This record gives sequence, C-alpha cells and structure tokens, in this order.
Amino acid sequence: MNTRQPQSLIAYMPILVPALLLTVFFVMPFGTMIVTSFYENRSIGAAETAFTLANYQRLLSPFFLWLVTASFGLAFGVAAISILIAFPFSYLLVNAPRSTQVGWLIFMLSVLSLSESIIGFAWSTLLSRTAGISNFFVLIGLVDKPASYAPGLGALLTGVVYTAVPYAVLVLYPILSRVDPHIEEAARTLGLSPLKTFLRVILPMHRNAIVTTFLMLLVFTLGTYLMPQILGRPQHWTLSVAISDQALVQSNIPFAAALAVFLVVVTLVIVLAVIQFGRKEQAI
Amino acid sequence: MTQTFVRRLFFSLLGIVMGAPLLVVLGVSVNEKKSLTFPPQGFNLRWYLELFGAGDWSTSISNSAITALLSATLAVAIAFPIAWFSWRYRLGWVRIVIAAGLAPFLLPPVITALGFLSFWTQSGFYGQYWTVVVSHGIFLVSLPLVSLTLGFSALDRSLPEAAAMLGADDRQVLTRIILPLVRPYVISGFAFAFVVSLNEYLIAYMTVGAVLETLPMRIFNSLRYGYTPVMAAASVLFVFLTIVIFSLVARFGDLPKLLGAHRR
Repeated sequence: MNTRQPQSLIAYMPILVPALLLTVFFVMPFGTMIVTSFYENRSIGAAETAFTLANYQRLLSPFFLWLVTASFGLAFGVAAISILIAFPFSYLLVNAPRSTQVGWLIFMLSVLSLSESIIGFAWSTLLSRTAGISNFFVLIGLVDKPASYAPGLGALLTGVVYTAVPYAVLVLYPILSRVDPHIEEAARTLGLSPLKTFLRVILPMHRNAIVTTFLMLLVFTLGTYLMPQILGRPQHWTLSVAISDQALVQSNIPFAAALAVFLVVVTLVIVLAVIQFGRKEQAI
Repeated sequence: MTQTFVRRLFFSLLGIVMGAPLLVVLGVSVNEKKSLTFPPQGFNLRWYLELFGAGDWSTSISNSAITALLSATLAVAIAFPIAWFSWRYRLGWVRIVIAAGLAPFLLPPVITALGFLSFWTQSGFYGQYWTVVVSHGIFLVSLPLVSLTLGFSALDRSLPEAAAMLGADDRQVLTRIILPLVRPYVISGFAFAFVVSLNEYLIAYMTVGAVLETLPMRIFNSLRYGYTPVMAAASVLFVFLTIVIFSLVARFGDLPKLLGAHRR
C-alpha cells in the first residue's frame, strides 16, 4: 500500500478505462458539437460541409436577443425568489431536531429529482380552472368564480421556483451545517435579538455562500426545459427549449449547436465565478 | 423558543405550499370520472390498474425502469474505479478525469443531450435502445462519483495499511477492507443515479425519443394530447417510488453526512 505510483500499465487500468469512456462519450460529442456549430445547415447526407460563421451571426438577430432576455430574466427571477425562501429555510433546518432534518432532506431530494413533466403536470392541475386552487378561493369567498392561472408567467415562475428551492437548500444546507453554533450564542449573549442575529451576523457571514448559490441557481434555471412548455407561453420559451426545437423540429443542428456553445460559454463564466468566490471563502 | 416557533410556522407553510401540487395529483388520480376535477368525484382505483395492465403505460414504466437500472449500474461502474484510484494514489492529473466526470451533470442537460444526439447520428447508432443507457450512464457518473469521493475521504487510511502489512495484496485489501467500508456510498450513489435516470426527460427524448417512450415522455405527451387520469396515477407512482428510495437511503445511511453536512 505504500507505493505512490502505479507500477505497471495494468495498474493504470482503473483510471484509463473510465477516462477513455468519458473521452469517447462526453469529450468527443462535445467537441463535435463545437465543430458542427461552424457548419452550414445541409440536408442529411450532404457530402461536403462548408465552414461558416453564419450560425453565430444569427445570435445577433432580434429572435435570439429576445430568447436570451427571456432566459436570463427567468433565471434571475427564479434565483432571487428561491434564495429568499431557501436561505432562511436552510438556516432553520440545520438548527432543527435531526429527525426533522432528515424528513425534509428526503422531501427536498425527491422534489428535486422528480421529472419536470410530473411537476409541470402537478402545477398545471393545481392552477387549472376545474381542479385548481381557485375553487378553494371561491369556497372561502376570495373570488367569485373559478379561474385558470396557467399557462402564464406567474405559473412558470412558481413551477421553476418549486424545483429550484430544493436545489438551493441542498447547496446551502452543508455550508450552514458547518457554522460554529457558538457564534450565534455569542451574538445572543451580547444582547442581539434572534432576528438581528440572523440579519447582522448570520447573513453577512454567508455573503459568499449566498452569491455562489445564486450563481448556481442561474445555471440550474437555464437548464429547465419542460416547465416553459407546460406552464409558460411561447414567449417564455428559454434557450434550452430553442436548442432542442432547432435540433429536432427545425432539423437545424448547426444552429442548435451554436446556441448550445453560447449556453456553455455563459455557464462556464458563471462556474468560474463560483470557483473564484469559493477561493475567497477558503481564504477567510 | 422564538426560533422554534418561527421554524414551525415557516416549515408548516412551506410544507403546505410544496405538498399542495402533489396532493392535487393524488386527488385526481382516484377520480371516478375521466375528467380533471378536484375534489375527486367518487373514489376509484382503476386508473392504477390500467398502469400495470397490458398497454402503453406499463411498457413505458418498464422502459424507464430498465433504462434506470442499467444506466445507474454503468455510472457506478465508471465512477468507482476513478474514486478508488484517486484515493489510492493521490496523483494530481486524476483531477482532470474527475472534472470530466462531473462536467456533464454541471452543464445544462440540453448540452449533453445535443452532444449525444449529434454523436449517435454521426456514428450511425441513432435509434438503438442501448444509446440511452450509455447517454444516461455518462450523464450520471457525477452522482456516484461525488458520493464515493466523500466515502473514500472518510476512510481511515490505517486500516488498509494494516491489512497490507499483514500480507494482503491490493485486491484483497480492496474486496475485504475497502469495499465493505464504502458500500453505503456505493449504494447511495447508485440510488441517486437510478432515481434521476428514472425521472430524466430531455436526454432520453433526444437520444431514443423517436423509438422508445419512457414514463416522463408519456406523461408529457398525454399532457399535450389529452388528459387521462392514468397520467396522474403514473405521477403518484413515481413520486411514491422516489420518496421511498430516498427514505431507504436515509434509513441505511447517514443522509445529512451523504449530502456533505457536518454533524453538530
């Protein structure tokens, strides 16, 4: 067990085989996608493919600019609302009894992993006229007659926040669980109220964690695909929807690839920012 | 005291809001009539029977289950040697392989989906059933990889060293000492990958969507082309399955620790 280096080629196999699989099935498809984004769109079976920048020039069209605005508008909105709910929740969760913690973690993990089609269906039912929440509002006299609240921007925001909150909780929970409880006790002993402790001590202490989670929520929301189609209207469709639409419906894989490359670049910028913030966190 | 009160209030409110859409689906799944109404009119379990009877729904369920089982196995099979090797030798460049394993899950899924779509088309395998297993397997490597890296880092290095000193070779150390110790992490990594594959829509749709219908696809298609209470029953089944699997993980492992928390 003291050998620092594998002694033979066989000993390298446990890393080489997985590395080869990841190269063939992830790095290569990824590379071909980038190459494809420079191709002209030809009908399938065309012998020659010409290099062009046209796919990227189309990124400057009004259609695309609206797409980016819609995607990022949704992402920022969802990230902001989700963190407002998830941060206080996670803070209260780490201080809760262990059984409460485990129960909520199971629930949050489940909601996070549930198919978008199931969650979209569930919300569209809850917001529908015949089976929805408005019937309850009629019952308690809040509104006169049942109404449908989906599809629409409100429905879309609700649905995506519903999946983003568990994501944020699962990012924040381990970070908050590492906090020394004595810090809070000290603040309380010095006479701060629980609310002030939260606002003046806990929140500033976790500024980096909040920024990191916010950025990760942006990436998470940019990936939502079915929600905009189930709970939103066509003008709310995001980059993810447009990419698959170009690839499968319009059969324009090169343009889909160019859109995807743009999305990757944006994601990488965000991830680099996350890593940068993570470094700062460690330095403190 | 105040915190306990605030917590109970906040948790109850959130519980109601987050439980509501799932409860409504449960309600409409036992509806007597075929229409979408809540509260349900009458009580009926025949929509659940339709799920498992001969027909499209049971085919979709078994498609999803088989895909999830195989791709979770593949994901663990790729992740385990990486995690073990990186723990055993602590070589710097192994981090690149780990990063390649984590990347597909970190990027928006549409990227991985499009990459696989063009890859399977160009290699001529597009439309083969097994392509979804490989696609999901690669996509999900990150889940067992994270849980196994955590598991190995929690391993006491003196144990395998003691075994080696007593004459055990690498293989014996691996099967007799290491494997039993990291087993909870293998199982939870597998469970996480299984559940996510079961529920995944986009990658499955873009790789085998034309020839194979998984349950999430079937639910979305029913949503577009006409409501049937069977889709509510199918959703309830999947919600139930997902919660049961994560509860089992929590029952046999330390869930907060698996998620990276430190015990206070």
